[in-house]
Amino acid sequence: MIARQLDENPAGIHLPLDPLPGHSSRGRLERVLRRGEFAVTTELNPPDSADPEDVYNRAKIFDGWVDAINAVDASGANCHMSSVGICALLTRMGYAPIMQIACRDKNRIAIQGDVLGGAAMGVANMLCLTGDGVQAGDQPGAKPVFDLDSMSLLETCRIMRDNGKFLSGRKLTTPPQIFLGAAVNPFAPPFDFRPIHLGKKIAAGAQFVQTQYCFDVPMFKTFMQKARDLGHTEKVFILCGVGPLASAKTAKWIRNNVPGIHIPDAIVKRLEGAQDQKKEGKQLCIDIINEVKEIPGISGVHVMAYRQEEYVAEIVDESGVLKGRQPWKREIRRDDQMVADRLGHILHDEITETQVDMVKTAH
Amino acid sequence: MSEPQPAVTQATLVKKAAPKSDYKPADVSPQRRVQRSFAVRLWSIRHSRLLEWFYSRFADMFLLLHPLWKGIGYGRVEAPIKFVEKRVKGFMFDCRMCGQCVLSSTGMSCPMNCPKQLRNGPCGGVRANGNCEVEPDMPCVWVKAWEGSQNMVHGDKILDVQKPVDQSLRETSAWLRVTAQAAAAREAAQAPKTGASA
Repeated sequence: MIARQLDENPAGIHLPLDPLPGHSSRGRLERVLRRGEFAVTTELNPPDSADPEDVYNRAKIFDGWVDAINAVDASGANCHMSSVGICALLTRMGYAPIMQIACRDKNRIAIQGDVLGGAAMGVANMLCLTGDGVQAGDQPGAKPVFDLDSMSLLETCRIMRDNGKFLSGRKLTTPPQIFLGAAVNPFAPPFDFRPIHLGKKIAAGAQFVQTQYCFDVPMFKTFMQKARDLGHTEKVFILCGVGPLASAKTAKWIRNNVPGIHIPDAIVKRLEGAQDQKKEGKQLCIDIINEVKEIPGISGVHVMAYRQEEYVAEIVDESGVLKGRQPWKREIRRDDQMVADRLGHILHDEITETQVDMVKTAH
Repeated sequence: MSEPQPAVTQATLVKKAAPKSDYKPADVSPQRRVQRSFAVRLWSIRHSRLLEWFYSRFADMFLLLHPLWKGIGYGRVEAPIKFVEKRVKGFMFDCRMCGQCVLSSTGMSCPMNCPKQLRNGPCGGVRANGNCEVEPDMPCVWVKAWEGSQNMVHGDKILDVQKPVDQSLRETSAWLRVTAQAAAAREAAQAPKTGASA
């Protein structure tokens, strides 16, 4: 008998899980969240390469620490490997990717095609985003598409899943089984509209949301209070976005150059006062996680450690949010290991056998 | 009270990066080049309640004129009405003639002026001073929409989830479309009644 992990298809790690009642997808993330466990998601820094190993190596460092990995769709309007491509690679290896879809680069025809394609590859989670403006990226001369917005994209995906139809009304033979996500930013004006805006996203189809980087916990608490009062936390799983800051200099740069990320002065001061700023940035992230995990209505954290991905495991471990639970980990199964032990040498041996030799050795 | 704003736009960077030619476009983004001032747009948002009242009277009047439009033919009346609509709404709201006006649901702030053309609320990139991420010196259309909707009687229409823009309706008259649809709805409501009495 081969020992199996929770949330794994016995017939193969790359296959979708058995459907469960009340679940709209056949993925791992939805199961974890609906079981009421504290979920951890992270972001994969997309490679600027055509080598699949680059994706696998970058995913490997999260093994056993996260429940799902965001495959970003040209974040910051910079060119990288596409989210569909990353998802295709990750699903083959049994990972649970969250396919990000940004409205910046694709119109409704391309997006609906990608939703079907992604779902067919086994992508169970999709995150609907507006996307950064092209001016933010490495190709400011590109044509911004923005045919849909995050809300109408959510609705489009929901219609495809629940009604089995394209936006045009044309029928799908097999609707995609997906868990729909959205992004919220409680740290940008208009602040009093943000919780209501979350309600609109829920109405449009959001089942989980990931927030922008949270560095201002009191501000986030106010947002959550209002979201609870409006009853949103009953209808949606909220994952708070957190991440380590590399230094006070980075923090200041982000504050001045990345719109939508709010970093209070106290945070910058704390980093400036530290001996080892990188270590302090990590500790700060852990402190914020420990604070936000106590807020009622928070279902998990989304750890974004851009170019510091190796710290994700440490942050998750030291904050203790998993409470001893180990998320799915890619392991070589025992039968595969047996085959590898007995026949692995074939790959390395430099022997060329002729058929005549083979017959002789067989006798 | 306004803080010093970062005046470096993407166009500035592009200009700096390409100093080889004598000709340099104006130091702003394409959108800003056609749009020099936001004064009238902001006035309209401040007076959203008045405009909401006016708009509903105006829509009633247009509906009353439905027999006239129908007599002349909606197709024939389209061009002159569009001419007027484009200029009036262009002056008042910086209208982009998407042909499916949602001003009454967005606090009289035209969402098509958003560089991302968002029709369902702000993106996450709104600057701390309430300005746009893409156009650093333009007040965010959706921050203004929220302010405008707070003043309106039916301001909670901002909560409706808007459908994606139908691009095939661009450069057509929203006034006439709304009127024709309202007239059709009215006729549909009356038709079963007359059918029952006959």
